[in-house]
Amino acid sequence: MTTAPAVLTVADRGARRARSGRPGRARSRHYLYLVPGFALYAAFTLAPLVQTIQYSFYDWDGITEATWAGVDNYVAVITDPVSRSTFGHSIVFIFFYTVLPTIIGLLIVAVMSRVRIRFLTVFRTVLFLPQILATVVIAVAWRWIFAQDGPINAILDLLSLGALSRAWLGDFATALPAVGLIGTWIMYGLCMVLFVGGVQKIPVELYEAARIDGAGPVREFFSVTLPGLRGEISIALVLTVTNALRNFDIVWNTTSGGPGTSTLVPSYLIYEGAFVTREVGFAAAASVVLTLLILVITGAITRLLRSGADR
Amino acid sequence: MKASLKESIAGHAFLIAGAVIALYPFLSIMAQALSPAPGSTASGPTLENFESAWTRGGFSLSLFSSAFVALAVVAVTGFVAALAGYALSVLKVRWRGLIMAVLLIGLVLPSEARIIPLYDMMSSLGLLNTYWALILPQIASSFSLATFWMANYFGALPSSLAEASSLDGANSWQTLRHVYAPLGMSALATLSCLVFLYTWNEFMLALVLMPDDASVQTAPLSLSFFAGNERNTEPEVIAAAAVLVALPVVIAYAFLQRRFMSGLLEGAVKE
Repeated sequence: MTTAPAVLTVADRGARRARSGRPGRARSRHYLYLVPGFALYAAFTLAPLVQTIQYSFYDWDGITEATWAGVDNYVAVITDPVSRSTFGHSIVFIFFYTVLPTIIGLLIVAVMSRVRIRFLTVFRTVLFLPQILATVVIAVAWRWIFAQDGPINAILDLLSLGALSRAWLGDFATALPAVGLIGTWIMYGLCMVLFVGGVQKIPVELYEAARIDGAGPVREFFSVTLPGLRGEISIALVLTVTNALRNFDIVWNTTSGGPGTSTLVPSYLIYEGAFVTREVGFAAAASVVLTLLILVITGAITRLLRSGADR
Repeated sequence: MKASLKESIAGHAFLIAGAVIALYPFLSIMAQALSPAPGSTASGPTLENFESAWTRGGFSLSLFSSAFVALAVVAVTGFVAALAGYALSVLKVRWRGLIMAVLLIGLVLPSEARIIPLYDMMSSLGLLNTYWALILPQIASSFSLATFWMANYFGALPSSLAEASSLDGANSWQTLRHVYAPLGMSALATLSCLVFLYTWNEFMLALVLMPDDASVQTAPLSLSFFAGNERNTEPEVIAAAAVLVALPVVIAYAFLQRRFMSGLLEGAVKE
């Protein structure tokens, strides 16, 4: 008898809270759950981001007093020939990190879109290996592969093409594509796994319908497989483009931007400007430009392919 | 039927080629690491290079540093992200959209955008070349992905769970502690694999924020310095060092590959 009202009020309070229409103390206390994480996030991500933007408008060597520079640093990033060339190298890297792996991934689904794959887990595990290795380890492995006495030159010798052999990462003509190929190696497995997984989600009826309509393998690929993979392609593009534009670790650990400036990338320029030559304002402006570039390109990819998927 | 068989053979051949190429670089440094270095008396495969790398490169210290930093980041990130994800998806705090938008910034932001002020900050706090210099920023870099991850997971659970729990008189903390946290353990485990991997492999932050003190440097950074010193170090020993740095992650991957893979793929989807 005495417990009944208590149960009722608890239930009543509970129901009210569950409906959560009440903006009282209990609800504002819910923000406490966000505090620890957001304190760290604000201190070590948001605040530094704002400060980078601020630095980019100053002329500063990191020690003496900074002077207002307006947009001078941005003008320098856009007009300086070395800085421009680094962004050019990024475009080359997009070819190697994004375009080639995507094509390789699409080739595999074009060949076997409706075949049951045997040992799929084994293939996935192995193809994913490059994704989990530290970039420094990858760089060490590929330095050996590209070395003067490494396996590539050994194969060339075997084919009596020894005249072509060289130190691939040390040659002005080949350093940039050689570094790019490391990126292709890192990314193609990811694309294959993503696309093979995506194809299996395309309803079999679509393929049957295409066949009844007399579609050959080529038309089938373009009218069923490719549209069905839109989501996966968009993910692959976003991931690989981001990695191509942020390529610092591999360059630092293979060529250090050389020979000359032939493999220099924006991230490297930012590092050097900030911590070696101490042109902090310029480095900050370059990082803002790089960040905006990543945001704009990945945003455009997502928008294009997602809106296409709604049609 | 015949076309399908041909397709199957061609496709599998393609996959095998892809798998061999994916494996080759790691296997080749493995083979190089096991082969005797110049001046060695060993005639077959040998572990000498590993010993040599271990002592000369100080990898016992740097592997410990990496493990310590990564575990600290995983533990703190998992905890604060579970709290935040719970507040966003179950408690549905107000201004949720705005909070998520702010979090989204962290999901796409490259390290380059915050590395310069981070260096100044750590330098003025006297934290350069300490574990803190790496742990704090890396918690902040993983926080966005981790929070979205936990929010998605908690949000997909039936809302009747929270209602039933509050009908029983539990407050929001008790509901998290006794209902959501136990259910979220599997999601948290996959997330931990992902954060561990990112933290273990991080290079640029380590390079900038712990440049001078070898006793706190992480394994990838030590490897980079060790391998950069090619004139004094045999390639076989460098290869052994690379295998030492890769091995903890490769072993973890071998045992937890499903978690790693689903983590990487779903993490990608969220980006």
